[in-house]
Amino acid sequence: MRNIYLISLFSLLIPCLLPGQPFKVFDNFSELEERIQQTKNTTTLVVNFWATWCSPCIKELPHFSTLHDKYTNSDIEVLLVSLDMKSRMDEAFIPFLKKHKIKPEIILLSDQDADNWIPRVHEDWGGAIPVTVLVRGDQRDIFQGEFEDFSDLENFVANFLKKMGKPMPPIKGS
Amino acid sequence: MKSPARILVLLACAFLLFSAGDDPSHYVVGDRAEDFSLRNVDGSMVSFSDYTSAKGFILVFTCNHCPYAQLYERRIIELHNKYSSKGYPVIAINPNDPKIVPEDSFDEMVKRAKSKRYPFAYLFDSTQTVYPLFGANRTPHAFVLDKNLVIRYIGAIDDNPETPAAVKRRYVENAVESLLRDERPDPDFTRAIGCTIKRKRK
Repeated sequence: MRNIYLISLFSLLIPCLLPGQPFKVFDNFSELEERIQQTKNTTTLVVNFWATWCSPCIKELPHFSTLHDKYTNSDIEVLLVSLDMKSRMDEAFIPFLKKHKIKPEIILLSDQDADNWIPRVHEDWGGAIPVTVLVRGDQRDIFQGEFEDFSDLENFVANFLKKMGKPMPPIKGS
Repeated sequence: MKSPARILVLLACAFLLFSAGDDPSHYVVGDRAEDFSLRNVDGSMVSFSDYTSAKGFILVFTCNHCPYAQLYERRIIELHNKYSSKGYPVIAINPNDPKIVPEDSFDEMVKRAKSKRYPFAYLFDSTQTVYPLFGANRTPHAFVLDKNLVIRYIGAIDDNPETPAAVKRRYVENAVESLLRDERPDPDFTRAIGCTIKRKRK
């Protein structure tokens, strides 16, 4: 009888003990630049800058998971770069990742010298988040603001590829 | 007398054409700002021209809700305390639509200014007509103006939002100090992370 209590207590605790999505912390933007450069020339990298405290970012986050689910293994990669405060990682960032099932790759970028790295992401970026940058080889495109619907994000990627004369890759599994 | 006038007109046209090609949608460094009249948290209407002894201004688009604005709140107060007596007061403007972020309503601004004891004017761009002129695109977004309302610096307050103790470059302070020495601020433009400005939905 006692064992049953213990087991049920333990099973209640399991969700709290499970880690959230793993992530890397980059203190220097050049680490992120390297990560971006490691992507194949034929892959479209969708880089979204967000933070747990940014409500429009949180609202559009599921669209990036959908894009990941629909197209990964299919020449589209999603990279979620959080600008959360490193000093509040344990209170804010990790609990958020535990609570939300986010599947794309996550990086926490804590490089504070934004004037140095914002133009290296995209020349047109004013610095407000959310922002989404597409990278494919030496081509880049930027969308500043929030994607209201998944189709807006999908169209943004499709138009980027279209400008290069490329079709949208096949949907995962098809 | 006819031809000098014609030349003047031609020059004026050339100038207009030239300046029109130079991103006319909002001010850039070197442009002269127009005065505005916006409601302050104390209920009064505030314009640059009210500050008769000012040598310039530290204008900051900021708001209540944005964590980056909150990170800089203390530093904005300190800027005013340090520079208003030297002729450069802070004027803060909240550009956000409170229908999108209720925390940025005028009433909430009044509360925050009171509880945090803002020593500067905290104005509400309720019609959202001032921030686009400046090209403000995030909160916080700082502008340093000289006596003639010419914009001399646009950008970040400093280079470390998260850790004030680790700041290496105090951009706004440097700009004001340069102007106090009659020098050109360098850098006169920087970028920073911030929250989007919440524009009224049409």
